Amino acid sequence: MDFAANLFSSGTLSQILVGLSRTTILFIVSSGMSLILGVLRIPNVAHGSLYMIGAFSAWSVIQLLGGGLFAFLAAMVVAPLIVAAVGFVLERGFFSYLYEREHLMLLLLTFSFALILGDLVKIVWGPEYRSVTVPVFFQGSAEIFGLPLPWYNLFLLVVGPCIAVFLWLVINKTNLGKIARAAAVDGEMVGAVGINTGWIFAFTFVLGSFLAGLGGALIAPMVNISLGMDHSLIMETFLIVIIGGLGNMWGALLGSLIFGLTQSLGILIWPQFGIAFPYLAVVAVLVVRPKGLLSSTW
Amino acid sequence: MKRSAAPLLLFLLLAALVALPQVLPRFHTYVAAIVLLTALLATSLNLAIGYTGLYQFGHAVFYGVGAYGTALMLTRSGMPAPVSFLAGPIAAAVLSLAMGLICIRLSKLYFGMLQISLGSLVWAVVYRWYSFTGGDDGIHGIPLPDAISSPKGSYYFILAVTALCVFAMHRIVRSPFGKVIQGIRDNPVRAAAIGVDVRRHQLASLVIAGFFGGVAGSLFVVVESSVFPDMMFWTFSLEVLIMCLLGGMYTFFGPFVGASVIVLLRVFASVHTQYWGLILGTILTLVIIFLPDGLLGVFARRSRPKENADA
Repeated sequence: MDFAANLFSSGTLSQILVGLSRTTILFIVSSGMSLILGVLRIPNVAHGSLYMIGAFSAWSVIQLLGGGLFAFLAAMVVAPLIVAAVGFVLERGFFSYLYEREHLMLLLLTFSFALILGDLVKIVWGPEYRSVTVPVFFQGSAEIFGLPLPWYNLFLLVVGPCIAVFLWLVINKTNLGKIARAAAVDGEMVGAVGINTGWIFAFTFVLGSFLAGLGGALIAPMVNISLGMDHSLIMETFLIVIIGGLGNMWGALLGSLIFGLTQSLGILIWPQFGIAFPYLAVVAVLVVRPKGLLSSTW
Repeated sequence: MKRSAAPLLLFLLLAALVALPQVLPRFHTYVAAIVLLTALLATSLNLAIGYTGLYQFGHAVFYGVGAYGTALMLTRSGMPAPVSFLAGPIAAAVLSLAMGLICIRLSKLYFGMLQISLGSLVWAVVYRWYSFTGGDDGIHGIPLPDAISSPKGSYYFILAVTALCVFAMHRIVRSPFGKVIQGIRDNPVRAAAIGVDVRRHQLASLVIAGFFGGVAGSLFVVVESSVFPDMMFWTFSLEVLIMCLLGGMYTFFGPFVGASVIVLLRVFASVHTQYWGLILGTILTLVIIFLPDGLLGVFARRSRPKENADA
């Protein structure tokens, strides 16, 4: 069986490592979605567009600063901030007036933002592909168990856990995080004790947008930055959030792991339909646990 | 709208639709056919979302499977055409049942997100399975029976099938079954308490919606004599949802109106601009903010159901 031969070849380990760096991106983006979903109860279809804006902004910042490590690091900070600003405008400009509406309406509103933002990106950056080269600092590969692994992928493997710890601290140790968790469970009660829930929602949406932008900026050197990149990502993010458990940050991490690994191993097992494997994993998880692997901690 | 005026209006509309290809040029007849089948698609989605309250976010998949089912039967099976035209919708209904069984245990938003994601899975398979579905190229030059291969012939066929299906769905909505699903939508707990098998009714509604969505897909084959994977992409699912919303989800003919408006706008806009997303997004934003009950909702007597607690 060449399936088995593929699976047990020496390429498997490096494929796993590549899958793990993909997991990092998925986790960063889906933790942002999970945050918004948990507190605001909106599956934000525009999340993929925010990720795309993050990637395009990173390209622009790097172009502006002329490349190099500094330009790259600056882009990793500035691009997510640009996206966070977009998120702020969307939340304060539109959502904040509509929280009383049916969830269906809010979901469709996020879809209309996705449509609008998609075309705005086309207007601002044009329809061509863009690409960012990895700065010299990250070029080359490390040897791990005799296999080459690009330094940039290793960098991502460090960034992922850092973001997870950072989010855990924000959610569990800061007042803002505690209030956000309370608002997720019972927004009315939080409002009744005199806390302005509107700003909690704005904060959550902005933080979620920032994470989407960060994911987009981080993936910029690894892929062609293109207009369609929002569409494929958003479905993956939805599924990750579903199988992880709504609003659960660790669930987003677990879901990303399942998704990233089945994706990279699926390609080994069956190249043509490798993309279907994560989806099959999702169906399997949901047949066993319809509400997701981890409970909603909010 | 007064009840007594409605049948007269419908009769006039039908008469106008019958006369259309006699007075309009060929391209407009083609657009009218697209309007009709898209309206059928939107009406079928509304059965699930507006009448049963299920967040059917992956509806374009049933449209696509209906189209591919018919297209594959016509090109490969050698079966008579009527069998092919039934095979597509039946495949869509079966898929709808399967997806429904996976999703039905979940609450509203979960249900919708999973529907849309499973739909993406089907899309991905169709997109990649070159040897069977033609992959991203789709299938072209599908042979059609002579009677429906001319522009006028196909238009009348589509008009007849659409009218028949819309009539059937209208009967379903007014039947005791229709009342039960509306009861489930308004308050599933109460419906269960009076002895309604909620799950079974929801599944039945999904199967019916999937079937008629599949019929719309089969009709697409008649107009274009081709199919391609993008017709079942998730963005199109949400676009159909917008049609329902724009026309009015809690009226029977709302989706029909909404679909007509969107399709005509799209045809018109594509002549002038490549920024259809910007236009559609802006319309949608305005509708959500100012017209949450849709165009026909303005005239409807019965108000929308109250939102139930959900997550």
